[in-house]
Amino acid sequence: MKRLLDFLLRYHYLLLFILLELLSLSFVIRFNNYQRVRFFNSSNSISGRIYERSANIGDYFKLQKINDKLAAENANLRSKLQSIKESDIYLQAHGPIDSNIVHSIPAKVINNSINKLNNYITLNKGYKDGVKQDMGVISPDGIVGVVVNVSRNYSTVLSVLNEKWSINSKLLKTNNFGSLRWDGKDSRVAILNDIPYHVVVAVDDTIVTSGLSTIFPEGIMIGKASKIEHNQGDNFQKVWVQLSTDFNSLDYVEVIKNEVYKERLDLEKLTDTEENE
Amino acid sequence: MSRKIAWYIISFIGIVLVQVLILNNIQFSGYINPYFYILFVLILPIGVPRYLLLLLGFLLGITVDVFCSTPGIHASATVLISFLRPYFFSTSNLDEQEKAMLPTIKNMGLGWFLRYVAVLILIHHVFLFYIEAFTFVGFLHTLVRSLFSSIFTFVVVIISQFLIFRK
Repeated sequence: MKRLLDFLLRYHYLLLFILLELLSLSFVIRFNNYQRVRFFNSSNSISGRIYERSANIGDYFKLQKINDKLAAENANLRSKLQSIKESDIYLQAHGPIDSNIVHSIPAKVINNSINKLNNYITLNKGYKDGVKQDMGVISPDGIVGVVVNVSRNYSTVLSVLNEKWSINSKLLKTNNFGSLRWDGKDSRVAILNDIPYHVVVAVDDTIVTSGLSTIFPEGIMIGKASKIEHNQGDNFQKVWVQLSTDFNSLDYVEVIKNEVYKERLDLEKLTDTEENE
Repeated sequence: MSRKIAWYIISFIGIVLVQVLILNNIQFSGYINPYFYILFVLILPIGVPRYLLLLLGFLLGITVDVFCSTPGIHASATVLISFLRPYFFSTSNLDEQEKAMLPTIKNMGLGWFLRYVAVLILIHHVFLFYIEAFTFVGFLHTLVRSLFSSIFTFVVVIISQFLIFRK
């Protein structure tokens, strides 16, 4: 006992040093988002598996709800298919849509948060399944986020509920572009800026992706306007958008492959330069 | 004694304010972020107890962290140099007068002081920038950043010595 005390007394500063250093490093990992994401990523295979297990268990209790959702989406798709069949003329003019290209990868949400300033989602698909950085992620209800990190079996997604990111979006009615950003407060509401003040925006107007970026194709649902504010002397108005995706209950999402859009962009660029010459 | 403590509290606050209000706004091309605040740890008296040094280092680091909203990053780096600092002094047989002495250029000699400051700043910055990056990917980039910043901090610390201890 005395020797232990002697030892402690003699090396108290060393113990204190180790204690303080561990304390600060635990702060680093717990409270700094970037380091947490990296740490999380490097231990992805372990934590990812654990998250997946727990999500699997939770799923049993949500089966009914998921079923309903899938049925609704089925119905939605069927009606879309019908409208495509009807617009045969469109197909003749534009050629068949190349159906052999897989446009999206279905994935399951295994970890998700909505209560932080920068929220991330983990999916159970990695580069093994073709997921790459910068691919867009959507749910049946609307947009979800963009892939930021990919490991073999898992990927992390920057959620729309993230202050670091703004989304190119537009008003469906008038085609006016703006940028949508979450303000870190309500997980169901984001803010659309840069809509010129002469454009009349009404409550319940639909906001969709603009297709200006290669992350999302045009016309993916974002949400509906819930409140509009125009300050005197301001050139732009501020639109509160009720997000259509419920981030609180995300289950299955789709990762959009963007190779097709890259090809489109290249083609457009080529055409532009030819025209200019 | 209490006058001394008051002086240290004021200099602590002063140094933190200079750091967060002035120097944190200096970022040349994303490379140079001088972290001058560690001066407080550098110029504590030679005989300051090691546990107190560590606690003060932690307090200083966490204060700067609060202002930079990077909890733990500055604290861990400052605790590290607080731990290493006593190895620069031979503290085994000092009398009271020597213990109260400040490690300044006048007391310790210019060459010793330059080496002491340079080594501790370098350790602090390299550790800090790697913790901040939290990866060894882009190893060289982080190293260059910490080196450039170290040089800047070093220059600021030396200048401050001539301003504070002019007499």
